[in-house]
Formats: sequence, structure tokens, C-alpha cells
Amino acid sequence: MVEAAVFQGLSWNPVNDVQQLVSFPFMVNALEAGTIVAVMAGVTGWFMVLRRQTFAGHSLSVIAFPGAAAATLAGLPIALGYFSFCGISALALAGIAGSRRSLSAESAAIGSVQALALGLGFLFVSLYHGVLNGLDSLLFGTFLGITSGQVAVLLAVAVVTIVLVAAAGRPLFFASVDADVARASGVPVGLLGFGFLLVLGLSVAETSQITGALLVFALLVTPAATAHQLTARPAVGIALSVAIALGVTWLGLALAYFSIYPVGFFVTSLSFALYVLVRLVRVVTGRQSRNALTSEPA
Amino acid sequence: MFAQEFMRNALIAGSFVGLACGLVGYFVVLRAQVFAGDALSHVAFTGALAAAVIGVDIRAGLFTATILGGVLLGALGNRARADDVVIGSLFAWTLGLGVLFLSIFTTKSSAGNGTAGVRVLFGSIFGLSGTDVRVSVVLAVLASLALLTIARPLLFASLDTAVAAAQGVPVRALGLGFLALVGLVAAQASQAVGALLLLGLLAAPAGAAHRLTTNPFRGLLLSAALAVGAVWLGLTLSYVFPTLPPSSMIIASAVGIYALATAATAALPDRHAGQT
Repeated sequence: MVEAAVFQGLSWNPVNDVQQLVSFPFMVNALEAGTIVAVMAGVTGWFMVLRRQTFAGHSLSVIAFPGAAAATLAGLPIALGYFSFCGISALALAGIAGSRRSLSAESAAIGSVQALALGLGFLFVSLYHGVLNGLDSLLFGTFLGITSGQVAVLLAVAVVTIVLVAAAGRPLFFASVDADVARASGVPVGLLGFGFLLVLGLSVAETSQITGALLVFALLVTPAATAHQLTARPAVGIALSVAIALGVTWLGLALAYFSIYPVGFFVTSLSFALYVLVRLVRVVTGRQSRNALTSEPA
Repeated sequence: MFAQEFMRNALIAGSFVGLACGLVGYFVVLRAQVFAGDALSHVAFTGALAAAVIGVDIRAGLFTATILGGVLLGALGNRARADDVVIGSLFAWTLGLGVLFLSIFTTKSSAGNGTAGVRVLFGSIFGLSGTDVRVSVVLAVLASLALLTIARPLLFASLDTAVAAAQGVPVRALGLGFLALVGLVAAQASQAVGALLLLGLLAAPAGAAHRLTTNPFRGLLLSAALAVGAVWLGLTLSYVFPTLPPSSMIIASAVGIYALATAATAALPDRHAGQT
């Protein structure tokens, strides 16, 4: 820790520890940013799992990396790179999904887009010498050095995304659960799918600034998958997904603060442990018949 | 270009890796398992870094992790096709574990090893030794032979699982074996183009082949040929322009071929509408 002079280590007194945690401005920023990101990832992730778009979500998250690398190379703010690349590739993925090709053709296209993005990212990084440490934090995230300005940007984007999802929530849910019936009753299914990918792109761009491009996925998919295991009711599910995302982010940040290991490891491990636990409990209690929402491909 | 030993090594190893990736990739795309391939590439990263932390050969970690990962993914899903939410949760965590190993490794080793993570993620095809090349040639040939042996029943099982099962084809065992094979090839490819980029070599040439022909065996050959072509083109580009990293160029070539194939077939009348 840089502030070794003030850093006291874990005292095992919860009040003390929390006080210590929030006594540094960088930690307060990190906690605020983490909270914003977790709420948004919990909401969009829930819909992503419902719509079975985990592969698309993962590709979007990977695309955040070349975005950041390109912005670094061009000397622009990194957030700009994240948002523009994720937005553009969400449009590309929506185009791929919208052309109504078969599942295998779609997955090949998504895979190619993703690989190209990573290849470009590596290219940008090697063109821009001396960001080796930067590379690690682009890929795996860092909670050090988040500025108040960044927190404000995160908050603005999060409010926009959540308002959009809330506004389109009911028809989006309908379209995700049964696209054919929804289309028949006049819901603009194609447009919703398109819009959702854009929102997903936004939230991925935002999340990757904290967790890094490679670990966004942990916050998007795992809490949502756990929530889907626990309940089929949309409102409860979304709330649960947000709560889990918040819990793992806070705990992950705190653990990373008190240890020398990276925050990404703690966040992913905590959320995955919870997911495994929930699945195990479900198997043990014999509720094998999964709810119709999670077992039926949309 | 051929006078340089590192270039010869890269070309030989790259060709065989491309061959195996093209063949396996054809089925990966056919079975819509690109996401599983993606997951295995992340498993490769963690495996390699775990080996680095323990202090054993990186290659051992790579192969163990990806082959086990393939079998695990197969075992978790129905009919040996893993559920994408399960894959997602599992590999998000695997990656988190990989980050832990990376940070342990970089803190405990000297500054000279600080690039280990980057090497594993993005490959170092120009740094292969003669032994590396021999090992990857042998493994690629083995993987290709194994795939060609199971190609017919696997094709049947992929196109119509229910009918194949009724005919006595061991659908589940084939699915598991196939994913293990994908793991083997992924480990190989991650030495050449890196754990993060191998997906491009699996998906793009095979996707192009699927667009260009519906005949499975022609498609299989075409996919392998395109993958090898992409490796050659990428290596040449990177040799001519030394600032461009080879793995990025290989992937860019593969995706370029895919984009060309898509554009070419889109321009023609839609003969491929019913293609699976």
C-alpha cells in the first residue's frame, strides 16, 4: 500500500476497519464507483442472463480493452475509448444478431469480432511503448486512482442506463421470455433487442473501468445467474441480483485493501462461491425442477 | 525471411497449429460451441500462470488445465453441451484465479519475469525453440488425426443429436471427447497466438468455411486451409512490419478472410439460407 505510514492493517474490529477503509479519499472513490457499477451490472446482467446473451456480453466486455488501449495511444481520456468502442461493437453485434442467421453462424461472427478486438488491443498496446503496468490494469482492473470526476461520469451513465432499462423493462421482459408472442402482440422485439445490446455495451464500458476488461463478466453474469437460480419473479430477481453484486463488490474491495492480492480475484471468487453454494443448496433440497425461466432457452 | 531460424520455427509451428485449429474449429462452429472455446482460452491463461507460480513447465499447466476444462464443461451441460450461463460463471472465476496467480508470480519473481502474463495472454510465436516446434507439430498431428477419426460420427451427432443417439452413436462420449480435443488444441494455439487470441483462429476460418460451402468434408478442408493461410499471412505481415505483433496480425488475417467470405456470399444469391 502506498500510504504505508497510515495503513494499519486489519484490526479485526469491524468498526475500526470500516473507518480505516473510508479514511482514504481513493478508497471512498473506489467504494462509490464500485457501488454504482454493481447496481448497474446487477440490473443489466439480470436481463442478459434471461436473454441468454452471455456470449455477446462477454464479447462486449472484451472489446472494452482495445477501446481503452486505443484511447491511451491517441492520448484521449480512457473513458471515451471505453464508451465509443463498446457502443460501436454493440451496434455490430446487434447487426449480426438481427440478420437472422443460424446460431452457429452467429456465434462464429461474435467470436471473430471478439478476437479481432483483442488483437487490435494488443496491437495498440505494442505500438504504445511502456504501458506494461497499464496493460495489467486495463485487463484486470484497479481500484486505485479513481478520481471524483470519474465517479461523476460513472454516475451519469449509470442513471441513464437504469432509466432506459426501467422504461423498457416490461416490454423487454415480455420480448425476452417469449419473442414470438410479444411480436404478435405488437411489441417491437427487434428494436428492443438492439436497444438492450446498446445498454449492455454502456454498462460493460462502465464496469470495465473498475474490474478491467476481462473481469467485467464476473459482475454481470454471476450475481444475475445466482438470482435466476433463487427466484423466477422478475422484480425480486433484479433486486437480488443487485444486492449480490453490491455485496461482492464491497467485500471484494475491502479484502483487496487489506491484502496484497488483486480486487478482481476477490470479486470473482466471492460471486462464484455464492453461485456454487446456491446451486448446491438447490441440489440438496431436491428442488431439481428448475424454474421455467432459467431452463428454457429464450 | 526463411533464413531466420525463429521465422522458420514460427512458420512450421504456426502451420500445424493452424491446421489443428481449422479442423477443430469447423466443428466448434458447427456445434455452436464458440463460447466454450472462449472459456477454454481463459482456462489456458489460468493454467499457464498456475504452472508458473508452482514452478513447473508452463506447457504442462496449459495442457492439464485446458483438457480438464474441456471435460468439465462437457460434464456440466446436458448432452455434453455446456450451458452458457454455467460456462460464463465458471470462467469468470477462472480468470479471477488467473489474476491471483499473475499477481503472486509477479511479486515473487524478479523484474525480468514481469512480462509472463503478457506472453501467456498474447503469445510469443517468434520465441519458440526447436523443441517447442517439435512438440507442437506432434501434438497438432495427433489432434488432427483424432478429429478425422471421429469426424463422421461427430458430424452426425452434431447435426441431429436425437437421430444419432437412436442409431447407437455414443453422443455424450463424443461430445466429451470433442471438448477435450478442443482443450488440447486451445493449449497449443495459446503458445502461438496467446490465450486471448486463440478464439479467432478457432472461429474465424471455420466461420468463413461454413459460409463458403455446405459440404462438410470440403468445409473441413477449407477451414484448415484458411487457418493455415491466415497464420502465414499474419507471420509475413509481422515480419515485414516489425512493429506489428505477430499474434494480432494472425488474428487480423483470419478475421479479414472471414469478412471477405461473408461479403462474397452476401453478394451472391442466398444459397446458404438453410445452412445449420
